[in-house]
Amino acid sequence: MQRNTDIELRLLIEAIYLKYSYDFRDYSGASIKRRVQHALRQFDCKTISALQERVLHDPLAFMQLLQLLTIPVSEMFRDPEHFLAIRQEVVPILKTYPSLKIWVAGCSTGEEVYSMAILLREEGLLDRSIIYATDINPRSLEKAKQGIFSMENIRAYTHNYQKSGGQRSFADYYTAAYDYAIFDKSLSDNVTFADHSLATDSVFSETHLISCRNVLIYFNKTLQNRAFGLFHESLCHRGFLMLGSKETLDFSDYSKQFSPLLQQERIYRKL
Amino acid sequence: MTVKDVDITSLRPVNAIVVGASAGGVEALLTIFAALKPGYRLPIIVVLHLPDERRSQLAAVFARRLPIPVKEVDDKEPIVPGTLYFAPPGYHVSVERDRSFSLSREERVHYSRPSIDYLFESAADVYQHALAAILLTGANQDGAQGLDTVKQQGGLTIVQDPDEALVSTMPQAALDRFQPDCILPLHGIARLLVELERIECN
Repeated sequence: MQRNTDIELRLLIEAIYLKYSYDFRDYSGASIKRRVQHALRQFDCKTISALQERVLHDPLAFMQLLQLLTIPVSEMFRDPEHFLAIRQEVVPILKTYPSLKIWVAGCSTGEEVYSMAILLREEGLLDRSIIYATDINPRSLEKAKQGIFSMENIRAYTHNYQKSGGQRSFADYYTAAYDYAIFDKSLSDNVTFADHSLATDSVFSETHLISCRNVLIYFNKTLQNRAFGLFHESLCHRGFLMLGSKETLDFSDYSKQFSPLLQQERIYRKL
Repeated sequence: MTVKDVDITSLRPVNAIVVGASAGGVEALLTIFAALKPGYRLPIIVVLHLPDERRSQLAAVFARRLPIPVKEVDDKEPIVPGTLYFAPPGYHVSVERDRSFSLSREERVHYSRPSIDYLFESAADVYQHALAAILLTGANQDGAQGLDTVKQQGGLTIVQDPDEALVSTMPQAALDRFQPDCILPLHGIARLLVELERIECN
């Protein structure tokens, strides 16, 4: 016999999908359950059924819930060794392409996008690159577009940037205004921010490199396989796939269709 | 009431063991795992609070000292019986219904990521009564709520005797909340781990 909360959780997720087309049905069970329980407290709802009624009839309440269901936790040059490895091992190969298409999948509020853009600029590649930055959360995408980040994190980002092989002063890339760092607009000139769901949408372009870091951990195996399928279809022959530091293709259906370039840094190439 | 030893005959079989520890945890873990023999057949999943660095030597240190397989959890990795798993620094670990792991970068719980509550609550949800949960020495409150959840799901709950713990805050936080099945010194927990496997596999 299923427990009430499990039944209610499934119904909520189904209702969200039917009403708003956001598909959380194949997200990792433990994490989504925890976040819904957190939302119950935020919405002051006693049961998941009560939360369901609320968001089904109130699109604004759903948009609030969406902010709690997605995880906008990101930082610039997160895992500096990863970016150092891109500079040392991947950039020399990227330089052989006349033009580059890069997809930052699940870009959240844009920290990974600006990190990638800065790296590409320093390596002389940004002008011939197009970066697609996609996410399901419209508020996160809007923030990403603006490129304005809280000053309180900049010290940590600067440290990361320096460890990642950064060649300049990190302050060259932003203007400080009160408590915010406004990033150089030209960094996002070649970035297209777009609404795209790895759960429901299809491939939109051929790409040379896909970075999707700490997004797939929130998916179950079924949905991870779907995402890896999209990446495989989108990437050109020998294209690069970058994952988060504890994410792996090993337990997916696609483990034989990619080979690790740097296992430790979770950088793979399409076979 | 303080239980200083376990009535072996009252133990029920479990399918997994989860352990949480913080300050003083490395030594405590080495003590409770000291009696494990090669071929141990239960999975053991550990959250130990560590500085938020990207790479931890924890799994390597324990692998050198213990005769069973030890590794740091990867996302979506299936839980293999007889393996000792450590949560990676900077990530919460949860157990999924298909008995694999998921990782998460959600906000910290009690200033901690990985969080003991996060692991215990998800494991209680999946294993229910077939789970043993152990809370050891530590300087914060993480784990008390998770252990309580394990108890509510019918699992076996074990708290290190706070008098013996290097830092008693963490075990005491659990005892302030509810009465666990056992309050034991480390050598007692070491014996219990062996017994749990014996009854599970008979």
